[in-house]
Amino acid sequence: MNPELLHTLKELLPQIQGYIYPNEIEIHWGLLIVVYPYITGIVAGAFILASLVKVFNVKEVQPLYRLSLLTALAYLLVAPVALVAHLGHPERFYEILLTPNTSSAMAMFGFVYAWYLMAVLLLEIWFVHRTDLIEWAEHETGAMRFIHRALALFSRDTGERAVAFDHKALKVITIVGIPSAFLLHGYVGFIFGSIKANPWWSSVLIPIVFLFSAIVSGVALVILLYMVITPLTGGKINMRCVDKAIDFLFYAVIVDFSLELVDFIHRVYQSEEEILILSEMVMSKLFASLLIIQVLLGMLLPLALISVTKIFKKRFHLSEDLRKMVYFISVILIQFGIFATRWNVVIGGQMFSKSFRGLTTYKVEFGGIEGLLFAILLLALPIVILAVLMKILPPWKEMREEGAAETVEVAGS
Amino acid sequence: MNGRRTFLRGFLSFLLTGGAIGGILRISPSKAHAKETPPKGQKWYGFGVSVDKCIGCARCMEACKTENNVPREPFFYRTWVERYITRKNGGTTVKAIEPNQEPAPEAASDKSILRSFFVPKLCNQCANPPCVQVCPVGATFRTDDGVVLVNEKTCIGCRYCIQACPYGARYLHPVTRTADKCTFCYHRISKGLLPACVEVCPTQTRIFGDLNAAASPMSRFLRMNKIHVLKPALNTEPKVYYASLDGEVR
Repeated sequence: MNPELLHTLKELLPQIQGYIYPNEIEIHWGLLIVVYPYITGIVAGAFILASLVKVFNVKEVQPLYRLSLLTALAYLLVAPVALVAHLGHPERFYEILLTPNTSSAMAMFGFVYAWYLMAVLLLEIWFVHRTDLIEWAEHETGAMRFIHRALALFSRDTGERAVAFDHKALKVITIVGIPSAFLLHGYVGFIFGSIKANPWWSSVLIPIVFLFSAIVSGVALVILLYMVITPLTGGKINMRCVDKAIDFLFYAVIVDFSLELVDFIHRVYQSEEEILILSEMVMSKLFASLLIIQVLLGMLLPLALISVTKIFKKRFHLSEDLRKMVYFISVILIQFGIFATRWNVVIGGQMFSKSFRGLTTYKVEFGGIEGLLFAILLLALPIVILAVLMKILPPWKEMREEGAAETVEVAGS
Repeated sequence: MNGRRTFLRGFLSFLLTGGAIGGILRISPSKAHAKETPPKGQKWYGFGVSVDKCIGCARCMEACKTENNVPREPFFYRTWVERYITRKNGGTTVKAIEPNQEPAPEAASDKSILRSFFVPKLCNQCANPPCVQVCPVGATFRTDDGVVLVNEKTCIGCRYCIQACPYGARYLHPVTRTADKCTFCYHRISKGLLPACVEVCPTQTRIFGDLNAAASPMSRFLRMNKIHVLKPALNTEPKVYYASLDGEVR
């Protein structure tokens, strides 16, 4: 018996509003499960940004290409940690891979994850870096030389045919990768959307909303990382690249916002039996996280900020520094907004009783596996992994590249 | 060479399409394997609740906790009893009763009360159980005689089943860290005994038996009453049947 859990639940008892089924006091999917879709969303979003370069030939965002691939990998490696840690029996997690129940959406996790990691992300990163790895190894000594040799799987061929094959392979992988990235996060949405018992989750739109919010969070995070890492490592931010990436972010936020608005209008208009308790929840328990953080600060404010720079960029030659600052603030706001989105879906879906007669409450602990500290650690871990990855597979040359963008401009004008 | 290539190509596409079609067939109509009719002579257990007979004494809750080692704290229940009070102004309040609590207000003396009644709740042992559908490792399963059970040795404690249950019938057992719920006292019924809650109910509110049996308290209950189940729109096909169920009950 866990006395801490009982203590927490006893504290929650007086905070229950209305009637909830007696087993519903405990919020079963806590902070860790909020972190999980947030992280997979970043993976999918970062990958979509990378594929802009490879598939859609948006040359301006080339400096973000390798950074976004490495970001996707760093976050993907952490995603299952959150899942496994929240299990009642983490030591049995392998059962989900060995004896999956094929009718369970959750059982497919291992396969979707493995497919995405092995068949898409690792392959793409390998093909992107293969010739570089060979080249780096030639000018190095000691451990690093061995690491790079080993990572190149000891291939030495940098001939024309081999490089041509690399390019062809990359193209195929990215094309396969886009639906896979959609699958990864759409699937996470489906885990929630397919629960017919829960009207807050049960919606065909949920996987699509998840997808677009994933793109929003991933693109915003890569821009943020680029804007932080580049000056810190003595480079200069390529504003053409950031402008273009912000453009995409802007449209993605608009689509995301419209989808959520459609979902909202649909629910209010249909006004089914759960509408009373859901609106009560939104106006009380989720007021700050949904209306203030997610919608106002996480969507509308960044949209307004970016719109202003877009409108006034041409007319008033807005200074580059000011634009940088606006972008910087916007992508940070968007990160908080998307985290709040995940919170509202996961926690919101468990705060109202399935009897539609009452609300329970969620109290985040500080310590412990489900606690705030561990969640912050999990959110910081990908950054550490990313730093290591950038040490091993340095993306600097590409991140500093301004030539590509300028040639396009010359060719275009 | 060419022949081998064609063969390999054909074989590969056969595997892929076969896998895809097989996978879809297995996933899409979850009913296909969850809801087949039981073979003749097979027991198919169901449960009856006469709402009008329940006096809210909470002995069933007490018996259940004792019989099944359910934690005593008021957050874990395999069965519970709700008290509904509908006022004349239209509002309905619901409370889960607790053992040894003070008696509720008498409807006869409180003139503002329109009607009031008790509703026992437990796992509905659905014929089309959403919890079984979502369990990622198959630790929750339906027996041949129609009882949904949890194998605590393989349950990984992911709590997806708790989310999927529309009736709030499941909880995470704080000692085993696995999902737990009413089993119809499977250890008792497989010996021919009644579930503990049915055994102790002083008013015979709770009825248990084989739905396939021609003559049993259960089939008599189904024959003599107008029957309703909880949340029928969700197509879970509950096997806990309620007689005289009020529309307020969810």
